[in-house]
Amino acid sequence: MKPIRVLLVDDETEFVSTLGERLSLRGIEADWVTSAEEAMKKIEDTEYDLAVLDVKMPRISGIELKRILHKQRPDMQFIFMTGHGSEQDFHAGSSEAGAEYYLVKPVHIEDLMQKMNEVLSEDAD
Amino acid sequence: MLNRLKPQFWDDRITDNGPFKRLFNFRRIWKLAVLLISCVAIVPLFMLAIFDYNVTKHSAETQINLRLTKLVSNTDRTLSFFLEERRYALDFIVNSHSIQQLSDPQRLAAILGSLKQTMGGFVDLGVIQASGEQVCYVGPYDLQGKNYTDEDWFQEVVERGLYISDVFLGFREVPHLVIAVKHKQPDGSFYVFRATLDTERFNQVLSQIELIGLGDMFLINRQGIIQTPSMYFGNVLDKLTLDVPQFSDQAQVFNIENNHGQSLIVGYSYIQGTPFILLNITRMDELMRPVHRTLFLLVVFIAISITLILMVVMGVATRLVNEIFKADQHRVRTLREVEHSSKLASIGRLAAGVAHEINNPLAIIGEKAGLIKDILSFEKGHPRQDKLITLVDSIQASVERCGAITKRLLGFARHVEVKVEPVSLGAIIRDVLAFLYREASYRSITVSTDIPEDLPRFVSDHGKLQQIFLNLVNNAFSALSDGGTLEIRARLEQDENIVVTVKDDGCGIPEADMERIFEPFFSTKKDKGGTGLGLSITYGLVREIGGTIQVDSEMGKGTLFTITLPIHNVESEI
Repeated sequence: MKPIRVLLVDDETEFVSTLGERLSLRGIEADWVTSAEEAMKKIEDTEYDLAVLDVKMPRISGIELKRILHKQRPDMQFIFMTGHGSEQDFHAGSSEAGAEYYLVKPVHIEDLMQKMNEVLSEDAD
Repeated sequence: MLNRLKPQFWDDRITDNGPFKRLFNFRRIWKLAVLLISCVAIVPLFMLAIFDYNVTKHSAETQINLRLTKLVSNTDRTLSFFLEERRYALDFIVNSHSIQQLSDPQRLAAILGSLKQTMGGFVDLGVIQASGEQVCYVGPYDLQGKNYTDEDWFQEVVERGLYISDVFLGFREVPHLVIAVKHKQPDGSFYVFRATLDTERFNQVLSQIELIGLGDMFLINRQGIIQTPSMYFGNVLDKLTLDVPQFSDQAQVFNIENNHGQSLIVGYSYIQGTPFILLNITRMDELMRPVHRTLFLLVVFIAISITLILMVVMGVATRLVNEIFKADQHRVRTLREVEHSSKLASIGRLAAGVAHEINNPLAIIGEKAGLIKDILSFEKGHPRQDKLITLVDSIQASVERCGAITKRLLGFARHVEVKVEPVSLGAIIRDVLAFLYREASYRSITVSTDIPEDLPRFVSDHGKLQQIFLNLVNNAFSALSDGGTLEIRARLEQDENIVVTVKDDGCGIPEADMERIFEPFFSTKKDKGGTGLGLSITYGLVREIGGTIQVDSEMGKGTLFTITLPIHNVESEI
């Protein structure tokens, strides 16, 4: 089976790099960048199945980035991570952007894996 | 009684120590207001009263003087007329009779008889020759042949043609006076015709005069010997204790003080052609009695007026100052509330900032720990692998816990802002209790909740509800002793209200304080740093979201707060 390719976007380098390494250990091809601009550049030459975006980033937010990336890669799926408030708040704030999958930091790797599988299997359907 | 009348501001302690401290001393403001308004109202009244009293007194005195002068001069005229009448009668007799006729005792007795009959008061008559010998006498005494040459009065009548004597006691101890006239005969010789009058008629004339007040009117001679009966100044022929007034040709009035210090008003007149001085002596206070009565009425009127003015002034001042006091209290309350809520908002923002800042490193710690665990799990072979995995698990568990705390802080802080949204009461109470569970567990306080899961969500202010319950639970905690019990129950009432009860088995509230516990700045915890605002703010918040709050308490048994919240816009559970 072709490994899943994931792009992780978060302005916290330490966080996103560690998360990438952990995903790699689980057999996922994970690349990470620390800004929306880098992410846009990254998807130009690489095709990802999924992007995991931090909601709150400097300049361009995760939600904004999702819109941009979605235009370039309509097939790509998205999962959001947020450091703020409860899940309900996130839901209320970002549902209009079409983000149905979200995780609250600190993220459990198992939860993330599960979410990724859900998203991708849904996509396969 | 006095306590009930005492206005609210009376016992207010000045808490402001700023430069405008004076402005908040309401007792002082009240005193100043009362003093000023009273002065403005009472001083003119006083001045007017004093002025009026003086004018009235002066005019009364003037009138008394005038009346007295008139009375004395009228009486003077009456007495002069009386004496002159008798003198003319004697003149008429001497002119119409010859000395021979008058020297006839029978004729003289007849004349005396008719004089007694017509004029009255004549006691005897006598004819005295120029030699001083009384040639004929009719009367009760044996004075026939008596020689008067050496008598002063005889000299006087010879010189002046008329003599009226002082009053003297005759042989029968009855006061008399003598009138004598000199009659010149055509041949150049003269004789004196003399009559003795008893003073009874004289006294009658005086007593017939209507006196002002209780005046005493009598005659004295120029030596101050009392001539006619006096009511207060001694008997006839006694010496008057007062000085003889100075000579004046018309009636005069003056004031003196007697031995008892009483003020007397004396009216007098020298009766011309006689040795008599007419006196009318009256006690001033008797004359001034009507004026004093007026004064008394004036004083009563002023006293009543002043009492009324003071009552009105005090009432108005109390009301005004109380209104200012209330407005000031309201101002302070609003200020404190604003301060309190802005403090809460700052705390909220600070909490949010801290939570956010902590969340990121926390996530990193979590991920790093996760990576360590991953490495240990995926690349087996480390000698103490199990121990390390346990350690990493415990790090991750702590990260979890911190995460839960920051999440709660963020959630709490966000609701400090005013926001109306569908809320779940159960969630709010759980949030609040989550904040205080540590204190509860330290102090072994048992917190039990009974909140039905199917309680409908309703539209309200999340932040306010949070604060209400946080305040109430905090309040209960401070009333509870360690090991106490706090029960929070909620129920739906008639599908309209949610009733929440917060019940503790703490110290309870004294009955005297029950009425005041929702008042701002009323605190039983002031010594412990209570602001006295917690319950008042709670009360205000409950009212703001349309609810009601009630308190029941029993000393030593505990307190029960009952909050009724309307659920106008019920949202079905999502």
